[in-house]
This record gives sequence, C-alpha cells and structure tokens, in this order.
Amino acid sequence: MNRQPAAWLFLAPAAMVLGVFFLLPVMGAFVLSLTDYDLYALADLHNLRFVALSNYWALLHRPLFWAALGHTVYFVAVGVPLSMLVSLCAALLLHSPLARCKPLFRTVLFAPVVTTVVAVAVVWRYLFNTKYGLVNYMLGTIGIHPIDWLGNPHWAMPAIILFAVWKNLGYNMIIMLAGLQAIPSELYEAARMDGASAWRQFRHITLPMLAPTLLMVGILTISGYFQLFAEPYIITEGGPLQSTVSVLYLMYDEGFKWWNLGSASAIAFLLFAIMFAVTELMLRVGRKEVEA
Amino acid sequence: MKKPAVPSSLRKQLLCAAWRVMVSVLMSVSLAACAQRTDKHTLTFWTIGREGEAVTQLLPEFERENPGIHVVLQQLPLSAAHQKLLTAFAGDSTPDITQLGNTWLPELAALGALEPLQTRVKPSSIIRPDDYFPSIWSTNVYEGVLYGVPWYIDTRLLFYRSDMLKALGFDAPPRDWREWRRMLAALSHPGRGIYGILLPTNEYEQLMSLALQQPDALLRDGGRYGNFESVGFKRALSFYVDTFRLHQAPPITNIEAGNPWEEFGRGVYSFYFSGPWNIQEFRKRLPAAAETQWNTAPLPGPDGPGASVAGGSSLVIFRKARNKQAAWKLIEYLSRPDVQGRFYDLLGDMPPRRSSWNQRSLHDDPKAQAFREQLERVKPTPPVPEWEQIANEMQLVAAQAVAGNLTVDQAAAEIDRRADRILEKRRWMLDHAHHPTDENL
Repeated sequence: MNRQPAAWLFLAPAAMVLGVFFLLPVMGAFVLSLTDYDLYALADLHNLRFVALSNYWALLHRPLFWAALGHTVYFVAVGVPLSMLVSLCAALLLHSPLARCKPLFRTVLFAPVVTTVVAVAVVWRYLFNTKYGLVNYMLGTIGIHPIDWLGNPHWAMPAIILFAVWKNLGYNMIIMLAGLQAIPSELYEAARMDGASAWRQFRHITLPMLAPTLLMVGILTISGYFQLFAEPYIITEGGPLQSTVSVLYLMYDEGFKWWNLGSASAIAFLLFAIMFAVTELMLRVGRKEVEA
Repeated sequence: MKKPAVPSSLRKQLLCAAWRVMVSVLMSVSLAACAQRTDKHTLTFWTIGREGEAVTQLLPEFERENPGIHVVLQQLPLSAAHQKLLTAFAGDSTPDITQLGNTWLPELAALGALEPLQTRVKPSSIIRPDDYFPSIWSTNVYEGVLYGVPWYIDTRLLFYRSDMLKALGFDAPPRDWREWRRMLAALSHPGRGIYGILLPTNEYEQLMSLALQQPDALLRDGGRYGNFESVGFKRALSFYVDTFRLHQAPPITNIEAGNPWEEFGRGVYSFYFSGPWNIQEFRKRLPAAAETQWNTAPLPGPDGPGASVAGGSSLVIFRKARNKQAAWKLIEYLSRPDVQGRFYDLLGDMPPRRSSWNQRSLHDDPKAQAFREQLERVKPTPPVPEWEQIANEMQLVAAQAVAGNLTVDQAAAEIDRRADRILEKRRWMLDHAHHPTDENL
C-alpha cells in the first residue's frame, strides 16, 4: 500500500480545519492590512482604497505605536522573569519533602488561574485605589506613603505587572512542579553522598534537569504576556495618560472601537512578526543551552 | 467489506438510537431557524445601558394597546453597544429598532443602515417636530435627512453644594466663568484634599461642553479639518487646564474617583459637572436630609449663561427592519408625553419635547428646572461619523496638557493634527463625491 496518499488522507481533516479557520482568515487579514478598510468601506466597497504598505508606514511613524510597544516590552521584560521566579519558588516550596498540606496550597495557589480575569481585575482595581485601597493601607502600616497606583503613569504598569504575576503564578507553578517530580531522586541521593550542599544540588541537578520545562514555560509566558490586553482594559482603561496602552490594546481600539480594520490588521501583523522573532531567538538560545 | 454480524435486537436498538439523534438534530436546527426567522408580529428592540430595565415596565401597556405586536427586548451594555451595532450591521443581523446615542447617529446614517423617517413624521399626530428642543431635533438630521426621533436628552451642567456656596457668601450659582473661577478658588483647599470641582480627566464631555460655548465651530471646511487652534477652543482649553493647575480640580480619572456621589455629599467637591441621571443618583445615595444642601445650575459661559452639549439618545429604525410599521408605532408610543413622564419617574431620563416637561413630576422638581433652562441653550456636536473618535483624541491630548506635558498651544495643535489624520478618509470621500453631502455643517 502506498503510504504517501494514506498519510495525506489522515492529515486532510486537520489540514482542512486549519486552512478554513486559520490560514484563510490570516491571509484575508493580510490583504486587509494593505487596504484602508474602515466604516465607509463597510458601507460601500467602492470606498475601499488599496494603500499597499502605507498602513505599516503610518504605524511606524505614530508615536502611540512605539509607546504601546514600549509598554508591552516593559511588561514582558519585567513581568516574565518575575512571574517565572515566583512560580519556581512556589513550585520548589511545594515540592519540598518538608511541606505540609500540599493539596491545599496547590489548590490555593492555582485558584487565581481559574478565576475570570475581568472579575478579579475589578477587585484589584479596588485594592489599588489610592485613598481607600487595601494595598496602600498595608503600605501605610509599615510607614510608606500612599502610592497613586492607577493615577500615576509611572506606577500603573507595575500595578498591572503585580496583578498579572499573581494571576499566572499557579499555572506555571503546576507545570514546573510536574517537571520537578520527573527528576529521579537517585540523582539527589548520589549528590548528597558526595556531600553536595542544597544550593549546589539545586544549581547542578534541579536547574539543568528542569531546563526544557523552563524553556517551554518561558516561551508560553512570553507569548502570553505579549498579548497583554484584558488587564489594562479592565483596570486602567489604557490610562493614565495612555501609559498602559499595549500593542493589542491599540489594535482593539483601532479595529473594534473605531472600525479601522486595515490599520488594525497591520498592527496585528507587526505584533506577530515581533513575537515570532522573540520566540525564534529564545528557541535558538535554549537549544544551545541544552546542547552545551 | 463484510458487515459484522449484529444480533437483530441490538441492531434495532442501534437504529432506534440513530433515529433519535437524527430527529433531535433536525429539531434543534429547525428551532434555530425559527429563532432566526422572527414572524412579522415580533419586534426586536435593542436598548443601551440603563434604559433597558426601565423600558420593560413601559412595554406591557404598548403590547396591550397593540395586541398584534410582541416586543423582544435586548439590553446591550454601554461599553459593548457601539461595537455590537457595527458588527450587527456588518453581519446583516440588525434589530428592527434601537436606541442610539445621537453622536453615533451620523456614523450609522453614513453606513446607510438607518431608515429615513421624514415621511413617517409628517402625518404623525403624536410626534410634532416643533414641540422638540430644536438643537436636539437637529442632531437626528444627517445630511438633510431625518433618521431618528429624540427619546431622551443628555446635557451637562453643574450640580453644586448650595450650602457650601452660601457659607462663603455666594447666594447664587455662577453665571459666568469669572464668577465660577472665584468660587472655585474660595472652595478649594488642596492641602486637605478638598477641591472645587471634579473633572475626570478621561471624560471628554466637560471640555467639549466648554468648547461648544465658543463662537468657533469645532471642525472647519464642512467637517474636513479640525478647528482646535481657534481662539475659542484655546480659551476653553485654557480654562479647563487652569482649573487643574490652580488645584481647583484633582487630576484624576473616573476610575480613581470611585464614588463621587458620596464625596460630593461629604464636601470633597462642591461642584460636579454631569448629566441628568445624577439627580436620581444623588437622591438615592445621599441621606434625605442632604436634599436641601445641593442643587443644579445651568452652565456658566465665558461671559454670561453658556451653552452646553445637545446630547441624548434617539430611537431609530433600521433599513433592514422586517416590521417598520410596528417599529414606528413603538416610537410613537415612547414619544407620548405621558409615557415620557413615566420614563422620567422610573429612571430620571429627561424628555426631549416641551409638552412632556409639563408633566407634574418634572414640572414640580426644582432640581430639574436648571436642565429645562439649559435645554433652550444647547448646541449639537459636529455631525460627522468620526466625531466620537476625535472627541476621544481631544481628551487624551487635553489630559497631557493637564499633566503639564504640553502647553495649551501645543495641545491645540496636536488635537488638530490628530483630527486631520482621522478626517483624511472623509476628505477623500467628499472630494470624490461617492457620497452626496451638504456643505453647511
């Protein structure tokens, strides 16, 4: 029996679904990004103009796009390492043989992941309130002056990062915990017999064995964090002074608020290009690390 | 391929089960089709925001009077309404009739989504255009064609603490900006967190109202370009920005403001620049004893009583509506003065026609009188589909000026630059005349 056609036959359903629901829309969006599709074009297609790359050109000349990109990169650069560090610490604590009530803590730490972003974001908005919020009240008890979390352009993004780290802590923690449990205990036994300290065990056994997991978690977290949207949408509405407008937020405003689908598609493709480049870079670096 | 031998009883069961699945699938498909194809006695009516709940109490009477018509109400949240309306138009699933903010009306009219209503208004014994406040009525006319009937008005003016003003020797609310500024200065104690007024920096209505008081139009050349570098707009922007620079208003957004009603009640703010629905909101949230401590006042202008924005919501019929006759009946019903009076009692939405204001509850409410007076002095926003976006950009830049990042002149130039960019397509449309338009904006 010829294997080639059979293989294609088995692939066909998945390929069709991907083609119809993914490839076609993506190509459509690309064509859209070369036009100035907007409200007027929605009313009458005669009002559609082919503008080639000028949507992209205009975006690159728009200060708000660069600002949004800056905010997104800030969020990723600070948020991802922080989020992974906190998750790793939580996973290590939970994995420790000394830990008690493991199922309880696992559930409690995982709970934020399964809550609705919108609902908890509203709660955090109250927590961050300058005058009446719990966060400032707690800071006040240790003598720190109230911080204008959501009103000061310098503090709004840190507030959102804190929220995102709390929200995503459990998800990464569970994956890392699974990675930790997969490390054979013989390695630790051997290390202990050689007199390795806890830190050296962590440095030379846990970290290398966990590297593939960390790489995967890192890539997932980065691509998730690049798509920052719901948090600023609910907590700050992009403010104050547009200091929490992310690239995706800008795209939402352009596309769904003002119906400039042409320029919104251009933003989407630029974001895609950036994320693709970053992920590719991470994979290359990761591969080298694993090989080394 | 050979069929596997299946015992006959099992085969029967399998067949039976297969039939049941088939039938249930078919049924759900046909049910879905039924839900899609509403018969001609059903009227779908979309409302936006708070109006949906109040209107449910007005509809039973309409259905009693018109036994053949059944109204299906769908309530959209304000934050999703704009998007939902456009998506419905793009997806060909518009309702028969909807409530529509009159700043959104030019947009949907430009799309060709709305049914012209002039021919229906003319023979109507209920809807008489001369009974409506003219500026409000005119916001429903796009390029010379009437597309909506005003349902309720939304203009902005001042809520103020009459007791606090009196304590400082001001017996009446301000009539012009100079007087207003004097009061704000006397009432503000930023060191103690007390401010004359709350102006959330992410709401454009306040600055827009001040700008509409000026003789200069907000857009020029038939809505082709922004006119924000005009003397008038700069005067309005300076007054707005100065209020923050003099610490007479805190530079916060409405997200941080949290509960402005209570803070107004506690005297944190003596003025609150807002709309009619807040009369009921204050009554609900403040103790009954506080009723004598506050009042409403028409907006002070640069020199003497000023204009405010002719905002509000209208009722429109979609071009693709299945039952336009019934939709028009519903519009007529909701426009009746007695129904509008009840609407005010339920929700505090103020009627757009003078005869409705003779209803007892409105006529006798001292706090509604300022609105009645203001309504004779309201101005519409520029009737271009892009206005909402321009107003948003205007406020974003104004917030930068409030933060001290831009001077008034720089901010005005920046707003013009952004408005011109947004209006680029409109200019192209006008120049290529795909779109007949009147030039007298």
